[in-house]
Amino acid sequence: MRTVCFYFQVHQPFRLKPYRFFDIGEDHYYWNDYLNRNVIRKVAQKCYLPMNALLLELIQRYDGKFKVAFSLSGTFLDQLEAYAPDVLESFQRLVATGHVELLNETYSHSLAALKSKDEFFSLVKKHQDRIKELFNGYSPKVFRNTELIYSDQIGSMVAELGYEGILTEGAKHVLGWKSPNYVYASAHAPQLKVLLKNFRLSDDIAFRFGDHTWADYPLTSQKFVSWLNALPKEEPVVNLFMDYETFGEHQWAESGIFDFMRHLPEAIFTQSNFTFSTPSEVVAALSPVSSIHVPTPISWADEERDLTAWLGNDMQDEAFDRLYELEKKIRTIKDPDLLRDWEYLQTSDHFYYICTKFFSDGSVHEYFSPYDTPYDAFINYMNVLSDFILRVEAHAPAKRGKTKA
Amino acid sequence: MKVLMFGWEFPPHISGGLGTACYGLVQGMNFHKQEVIFVVPKLWGDEEPVADFVNASGVTIDYRERRFKKLWKNLTYLEVNSFLVPYLGPKEFKKFTDYAIHDRTDVDESIFSTNYQFSGKYGKNLMEEVSRYALVGAQIARDRTDFDIIHAHDWLAYPAGIAAKEISGKPLVVHVHATEYDRSGESVNFPVFEIERAGMHAADHVVAVSQLTKNTCVRKYGISPDKVTVLHNAVLDASIITSSYKKKVPEKIVTFLGRITYQKGPEYFVEAAKKVIDRDPNVRFVMAGSGDLLHKMVDRVAELRMGTKFHFTGFLKGDDVDHMYAISDVYVMPSVSEPFGIAPLEAVRHNTPVIISKQSGVAEVLNNAIKIDFWDVDAMADAIFGLLHYKSIAQMFTELGGDELKKLKWEHVAAKLVTVYEKTIAQRP
Repeated sequence: MRTVCFYFQVHQPFRLKPYRFFDIGEDHYYWNDYLNRNVIRKVAQKCYLPMNALLLELIQRYDGKFKVAFSLSGTFLDQLEAYAPDVLESFQRLVATGHVELLNETYSHSLAALKSKDEFFSLVKKHQDRIKELFNGYSPKVFRNTELIYSDQIGSMVAELGYEGILTEGAKHVLGWKSPNYVYASAHAPQLKVLLKNFRLSDDIAFRFGDHTWADYPLTSQKFVSWLNALPKEEPVVNLFMDYETFGEHQWAESGIFDFMRHLPEAIFTQSNFTFSTPSEVVAALSPVSSIHVPTPISWADEERDLTAWLGNDMQDEAFDRLYELEKKIRTIKDPDLLRDWEYLQTSDHFYYICTKFFSDGSVHEYFSPYDTPYDAFINYMNVLSDFILRVEAHAPAKRGKTKA
Repeated sequence: MKVLMFGWEFPPHISGGLGTACYGLVQGMNFHKQEVIFVVPKLWGDEEPVADFVNASGVTIDYRERRFKKLWKNLTYLEVNSFLVPYLGPKEFKKFTDYAIHDRTDVDESIFSTNYQFSGKYGKNLMEEVSRYALVGAQIARDRTDFDIIHAHDWLAYPAGIAAKEISGKPLVVHVHATEYDRSGESVNFPVFEIERAGMHAADHVVAVSQLTKNTCVRKYGISPDKVTVLHNAVLDASIITSSYKKKVPEKIVTFLGRITYQKGPEYFVEAAKKVIDRDPNVRFVMAGSGDLLHKMVDRVAELRMGTKFHFTGFLKGDDVDHMYAISDVYVMPSVSEPFGIAPLEAVRHNTPVIISKQSGVAEVLNNAIKIDFWDVDAMADAIFGLLHYKSIAQMFTELGGDELKKLKWEHVAAKLVTVYEKTIAQRP
């Protein structure tokens, strides 16, 4: 068996509105509805709608031999319901073909796996429920954690939840001489299979496709298939993992990215012996070649493939720690508004905006940030968090009093 | 008596405390029926008609006057091409120097043209404007003979004052509101220092806004103490402000409000905040303002893990400033070097108890305040804690502080100034 496994990440955060010190204690609505709606509508026109239509066309044309997987974050789904029901319907149509697999993740694209098992489980459960509700009882078998963050410890937790496989980055510093094009077993929970992103071939599409200075520009489907054919014959699977916004948003339509995808299946079917598979099919078909040890967490971000895009500088650590300090009190709270804010505030993007790695990957961070500087992002987040803490504290003791009585 | 005064800004178009102080002083002079000719680089037309205003942008220079050419030669220390713009941050400074290196070849001609439009700001042509302003000073001194004495406010106007003195032979008083040592610490901009020194030496008498500033004039600029008189600033309106704006957080609020720059000592406020929060978590600290040390302060607050208790508001204007004072339980001004510092008096008007550094001129006039050394963060933390928890001190300060304010009147300052003028004129041979 030789197969290509496409997985697309689809996520949008609830961005915060400019929230001033004077708002603390008074204004309890934190979200920038105008900006969030605009982003969703813009990306829907440039990416979600045309790309979903293309995928549907390809699935129908090849009668299910072409297939892909998605992970749709809960914050994304919530925003589709509010701002883009047309996009939600087009995803539902895709899933209804039976050739599109959905993965589970944390509901609010959170970093909870690094901090709290309880919170992690609770957010995964919520995502499971949401997917069931929106996709006709669908129940994913494979997991992907926020930003493909993975470690042995996270593997154990995901195995405990009953998943058969998990997706992560084929990070060089973890693999060493080993190839990402095999299935591996999680070190502490060998029943959990680990699929590793082939970052060279994935990034050829996701990052380098439209780069005129790239030696291999322009990338055609023929060229891509020739690279697949050049891989050692014994390597069974090529995992192409990327942000869904690659199509039409990061790489504009004018770059030819849609035409590339339109012709890729044909090129693969006629010029190679590769097939397409979804993650759960790969997990079912292949046995692990060995276990993989990941003692410290890896991710798919930046050159370092570590956590430093979200955590590590003082501002990020401060924001992260202050937020999760609240967890115990949150457990005593039933108020739906507070719980929603608690979940949305965990979204990894808020911490990404506070990243100060200006010189290597700063440009990518800047592109995705609604703030001028990481300092502005930190100040705004902390103002919101300060108000949130006041609300939590106002709620928590009262609840405790009630249970005593 | 009639005074020819050179300033740089006048309300409502001001960017610092200088304009407000000039306004107060002119009001005080009016109270004593003294006449003031007030020259500013640019008149906007909406200034309150409190003086005989002269718009420097409207003054035509008679370039045939030989004495002006000679004067210009004496002003060569103004080196218009020197890459010096004291009120700009490093980024703007870089832009300015690029501009100056590549584009400035036309200086002498534009300075000597008959008409010249001042921006009246602290922009990239600052030095050019200061030079031109000196020529305007000379022209006015030649055209008008109806004044008895010349008075120049801060270094931007000193060259104008000097020029007017040379042309008219009338005595010159320079008024030191701030010195380069206050703005830049020990790393002074030498050309600015030179202008300040020249102004103080050329003057027949020097007025300093505090004893602290007088000491700087004596020690750093070599001026004889006999030649310097201390005239503290006053307040335009000493009435107590009762705001209906209400605080929305349960904690007490401790506030720093000012530019976040070296001179204002923001880092000491951050360190003191940490010490207070460790003892009493029911306090919020607010740093209101912007400046080149803002990011450094944000970093330090995060490093000390007090981001949910220490807030940054950015630059505040209009009502927000009043709101900030109104909801503050303690106001702290930890300035490293503050010639006077009017902000704590604003806090007093809002019945907010204040902590000020001993390195500020205002500490010399405000008795009902806690005074600490700017570097003594332990003392600062103690003072904050004390004012927050021991109600009686705070109460006393707010009761007595208001009375103190009422004594700080510009007409008293003006009365002393008239005495200075009379003595200075009498000393002339």
